[in-house]
Amino acid sequence: MNRSHRPGAGSGCLGTMEVKSKFGAEFRRFSLERSKPGKFEEFYGLLQHVHKIPNVDVLVGYADIHGDLLPINNDDNYHKAVSTANPLLRIFIQKKEEADYSAFGTDTLIKKKNVLTNVLRPDNHRKKPHIVISMPQDFRPVSSIIDVDILPETHRRVRLYKYGTEKPLGFYIRDGSSVRVTPHGLEKVPGIFISRLVPGGLAQSTGLLAVNDEVLEVNGIEVSGKSLDQVTDMMIANSRNLIITVRPANQRNNVVRNSRTSGSSGQSTDNSLLGFAQQTEQSFEPEDEDSDEDDIIIEDNGVPQQIPKAVPNTESLESLTQIELSFESGQNGFIPSNEASLAAPVASGTNTEFETRAPDQKLLEEDGTIITL
Amino acid sequence: MRRFLRPGHDPARERLKRDLFQFNKTVEHGFPHQPSALGYSPSLRILAIGTRSGAVKLYGAPGVEFMGLHRENNAVLRIHFLPGQCRLVTLLDDNSLHLWSLKVKGGVSELQEDESFTLRGPPGAAPSATQITVILPHSSRELLYLGTESGTVFVVQLPAFRALEDRAISSDAVLQRLPEEARQRRAFEMVEALQEHPRDPSQILIGYSRGLIVIWDLHGSRVLCHFLSSQQLENICWQRDGHLIVSCHSDGSYCQWPVSSDSQSPEPLHSCVPYGPFPCKAITKIFWLTTRQGSPFTVFQGGMPRASYGDRHCISVVRDGQQTAFDFTSRVIDFTVLAEADPVFDDPYALVVLAEEELVVIDLQTAGWPPVQPPYLASLHCSAITCSHHVSNIPLKLWERVIAAGSRQNTHFSAMEWPIDGGTSLAPAPPQRDLLLTGHEDGAVRFWDASGVCLRLLYKLSTVRVFLTDTDPNASLSAQGEEEWPPLRKVGSFDPYSDDPRLGIQKIFLCKYSGYLAVAGTAGQVLVLELNDEEAEHAVEQVEADLLQDQEGYRWKGHERLCARPGPVRFEPGFQPFVLVQCQPPAVVTSLALHSEWRLVAFGTSHGFGLFDHQQRRQVFVKCTLHPSDQLALEGPLSRVKSLKKSLRQSFRRIRRSRVSSRKRRPAGPPGEGQEGSTRAERTGLQNMELAPVQRKIEARSAEDSFTGFIRTLYFADTYLRDSSRHCPSLWAGTNGGTVYAFALRVPPAERRMDELVRAEQAKEIQLMHRAPVVGILVLDGHSVPLPEPLEVAHDLSKSPDMQGSHQLLVVSEEQFKVFTLPKVSARLKLKLTALEGSRVRRVSAARFGSCRAEDYGEHHLAVLTNLGDVQVVSLPLLKPQVRYSCIRREDVSGIASCVFTKYGQGFYLISPSEFERFSLSTKWLVEPRCLVDSAEPKNHGHPRNGSGPERALSQARNSGNQSDGEETRSSPVMEHALLNDERVLKEIQSTLEGDRGSSGDWRSQRVATGYSLSNGGAE
Repeated sequence: MNRSHRPGAGSGCLGTMEVKSKFGAEFRRFSLERSKPGKFEEFYGLLQHVHKIPNVDVLVGYADIHGDLLPINNDDNYHKAVSTANPLLRIFIQKKEEADYSAFGTDTLIKKKNVLTNVLRPDNHRKKPHIVISMPQDFRPVSSIIDVDILPETHRRVRLYKYGTEKPLGFYIRDGSSVRVTPHGLEKVPGIFISRLVPGGLAQSTGLLAVNDEVLEVNGIEVSGKSLDQVTDMMIANSRNLIITVRPANQRNNVVRNSRTSGSSGQSTDNSLLGFAQQTEQSFEPEDEDSDEDDIIIEDNGVPQQIPKAVPNTESLESLTQIELSFESGQNGFIPSNEASLAAPVASGTNTEFETRAPDQKLLEEDGTIITL
Repeated sequence: MRRFLRPGHDPARERLKRDLFQFNKTVEHGFPHQPSALGYSPSLRILAIGTRSGAVKLYGAPGVEFMGLHRENNAVLRIHFLPGQCRLVTLLDDNSLHLWSLKVKGGVSELQEDESFTLRGPPGAAPSATQITVILPHSSRELLYLGTESGTVFVVQLPAFRALEDRAISSDAVLQRLPEEARQRRAFEMVEALQEHPRDPSQILIGYSRGLIVIWDLHGSRVLCHFLSSQQLENICWQRDGHLIVSCHSDGSYCQWPVSSDSQSPEPLHSCVPYGPFPCKAITKIFWLTTRQGSPFTVFQGGMPRASYGDRHCISVVRDGQQTAFDFTSRVIDFTVLAEADPVFDDPYALVVLAEEELVVIDLQTAGWPPVQPPYLASLHCSAITCSHHVSNIPLKLWERVIAAGSRQNTHFSAMEWPIDGGTSLAPAPPQRDLLLTGHEDGAVRFWDASGVCLRLLYKLSTVRVFLTDTDPNASLSAQGEEEWPPLRKVGSFDPYSDDPRLGIQKIFLCKYSGYLAVAGTAGQVLVLELNDEEAEHAVEQVEADLLQDQEGYRWKGHERLCARPGPVRFEPGFQPFVLVQCQPPAVVTSLALHSEWRLVAFGTSHGFGLFDHQQRRQVFVKCTLHPSDQLALEGPLSRVKSLKKSLRQSFRRIRRSRVSSRKRRPAGPPGEGQEGSTRAERTGLQNMELAPVQRKIEARSAEDSFTGFIRTLYFADTYLRDSSRHCPSLWAGTNGGTVYAFALRVPPAERRMDELVRAEQAKEIQLMHRAPVVGILVLDGHSVPLPEPLEVAHDLSKSPDMQGSHQLLVVSEEQFKVFTLPKVSARLKLKLTALEGSRVRRVSAARFGSCRAEDYGEHHLAVLTNLGDVQVVSLPLLKPQVRYSCIRREDVSGIASCVFTKYGQGFYLISPSEFERFSLSTKWLVEPRCLVDSAEPKNHGHPRNGSGPERALSQARNSGNQSDGEETRSSPVMEHALLNDERVLKEIQSTLEGDRGSSGDWRSQRVATGYSLSNGGAE
């Protein structure tokens, strides 16, 4: 790829700017008025025109001064692109259905491998063509490490988000025994361990779980004293929003923090865990983390809907459902924030936008009828 | 604010909970699993049964039951009541003796273990020296004579089990006191029999296995008489006057020996082989009983011709040229004969036989020796139980009709009253009539009276007649000829052989108001039956329901459907089938619901569900729920059998491996090494586990899982399905994949019911996102009370549901409880059980919990059983867990699967193939035995005469009332009970109760409303 930013021949005029647009193997060159670039829509139409692709949905990207491929999809970034182009604006056009999102981002034109590839997995591209970069609300977390600040450093609390059904969670657990420090010395106690990761599964692709990690909690509930079958059932019951606290078998990858205020050092004992479990409980009620309030109802008109949560003064219910319906039919629909907790992914898999929010933020939005148990 | 809503912080609610909920396992119904010993006390008139798992169960008059469990998990080999006392001694297979007694506490007798003892021989003696073979409780009430394998008879003093070494009768001592000519006998071998002289307590009879019998004078320590038999001795009976002894032998013969002071060694009077001349099996026990009429009864066990009948389990009764060999379908454990306490004549009136699988009592006074129907100890498993269904509070009308139908089936039973009638039941009369229906593998449905402590068979329905099966039911009867020898007669009801596994009953639904019954079975058959008091002959209407309708290219690999018998079939009085719906493919019917008011029956299998109008006898609709990719459900049970076989094989291998390794170590060496062996086996077991750990896959449930279309629950409700202004009949179906289908039904009004069609239209489909199997659907009315059963309101037994307020839908999946609003389905509340506890819902049922303090206060809640065997109460409508108790071992999968709840917070589950454990979550509805057994009570020792019941009960009650030692409270319940024993009085009480129903329904619902607001108050 040509990394030269030297001005090309015949670009002496200050008022105009040369545009080199590439679509597939074809190049088109034309010029724009630098001072009056116009709106993005006009530019988009112009591109379609010059490439003779009037009815094809395309993604437009440009190479910025650092050589990064950045998208152009609104007036702002279009103007930015025009203003920074010096002197040549290089445009790259992709068909929307063939779009390779991983191409975008930092250093993308130099280094193809990108951290985003983890997020936007290739197999998702097929079914979810509408994820467009640069809209933060379209980012989908698939896993996270949470509560790092309150857990002992030997423990790791991992959250796995399950969207649709395409990607399996992909792990197995087994019985085993672990050594604990007790007042009576070292003691062997039964425990639950991760026994296998399915290649390509969510658990493996996040890299946050590994074989022989000991499972300590499932969604805030301690597993000690529970049978393998019980823990299995708990994990499956929470599979839409699974939060597992593990003690990784390999402690080398764990973050070593400077603060030793937690009092746990090295191999933490069960006692320390107990303390932390209690401490973390408030922020950790499963009800708060609820993302499965998304049963689908098909009324006799045959249109699947998500089941709304009943709000105490229920006359608003009708409108609420309508909002959701429109949200479903529209593309890239923005979820009104007060309904965000209701609007979780739909199983049909047509729409997978999800807005990330902090758990406690949701807690505030929870309506009053829910009883915590 | 939600912080304050946590349960368990409201003292008022906590108090109320204590008044409402309580967990008790109250009584075990049915026949003890693996019985191993029988005992009977003629003075208490109480029967005792010991089991291989160390349980002791006592039974007297109906309602008089006790149970004890040895701490050791060893088989009970012998049970002996101490003469004239409320005490019994048991011998376990670890050679330990245990003394039990019935003690009166708070006016009620309790069975408890007092003492235990293991006989120790002199140091260095072989263990067999003290291995007890027979026990003789002496009439002095203080001594036990213990016969052992070594031939020594040990003496132990009671109640402290003090061994009296100086009084032991060793075989050497006996040998020395025998006359010269008898001393050549090589050895005495073990003691086979010990008997006390019927009149002279100073003489005992000792029988040794090699055939020597001696009468031993306890005072003089000498042999009074000896008898020499050429055959191995099995057992002895000493005639009541003491002049005759009868011995039975291993070659199938028995001998009578005269006892007189003249002769030291008499010759046998009479010796015979009853089933000779060909070689016979041993006669293991014999009774020789005199009668007033002259000719004696001979009752003996075994003795059958070895070659042709050696495998039979027989007890023969011979009297006056009349001989019958009662042929039991399972091994005979022991038997006894109930006889009069007359000093001269035995006059036996009943033969009590404990077989491996049932208790049979034969009336010896009525000609033909008919069996007596036991009021308890019913063999629930005469054909294996496949399902059960409980119906509470049966209207008197239906109850009487069922009993009438049943009594016609029981004509072969004797009219004799139950002869085992010791003790007095103090339990209050059951407050209502309850039916427990059990479905069996052979296509039968049994109706049990589950109102009280005794689970009694009322009526048996067989569905076999509707179908063509390989075996003709008449064939077995005709095979039993009159002239045959031996004169075998089949007795008992235990018959584990099913003609055809497809006949098995899987689901039962009875409407107690209309007498309509629906049963469904293994091969997709659904029968609708109607109660008819007359015999009838009619053809059963047959309909096929094609559940795969629009699906194509599938092949069912399971069993074929049953072939219905064409043409009219004769049905006996009782429930008579009139419609047969056969699902296609003929998979097991997994769910069934009947609405008797709308005359509709709904059924579901792993492929879909259907609705049938049994008034017009036409199918309303079928719905296929099968997921297109679900091959497993289509292939039928065969492919599952294969995988089951595989897993069984693996587990057997694992067991065998561990057994082999432990057995290798066991037999040799001292116990210490054995222990080491077992620990080593454990260790190797652990290593095996570590090599191949059990893994569990963690994966979200998906639509592609197998058996998602499997129908788990069906429910009829009259509710607001489509809009909030009009309610309409509806059918709800829940699947294994978390889907709920709701159909709006249009049922024509009664006057046009035959003219217009029933119409159904799918109104809603709810997909639970967690996709767990839906195990329960319930609609709550405006007061959050579950909708009443069909016809309940019409019969004035329930206030009509509140149709003003908004209805709510409760969907219970294996993982969650969820309340939705209706008609707009929106989630209102939920309780996530699995996510919190890791347990899954196995059974759920709405129940009304009455308060033990306030007579008429009650609340409706959900009774829940989880896969961990816990029972819980979850409140309605707020879904708050109230109480939790562990009930069934989590490993006991069949016990958990068999559990049924009643509408009043009780439940039943199988603890063995033949026993139901009854439990109660309610403080108010407790059915448990409360009874009194008093040894001092002067018992009427006359045999029970027919129809003398109430009078005797009264006299007994008075007796025990007068004897009460400072227990004034006792006499009144006793009197009450006696009154309630009178049928006339009972009927009167019942009729007044029936009359009161209407108004009682009113107060009930009112109170329920209060309950709701109260629990609401607890929440806020």
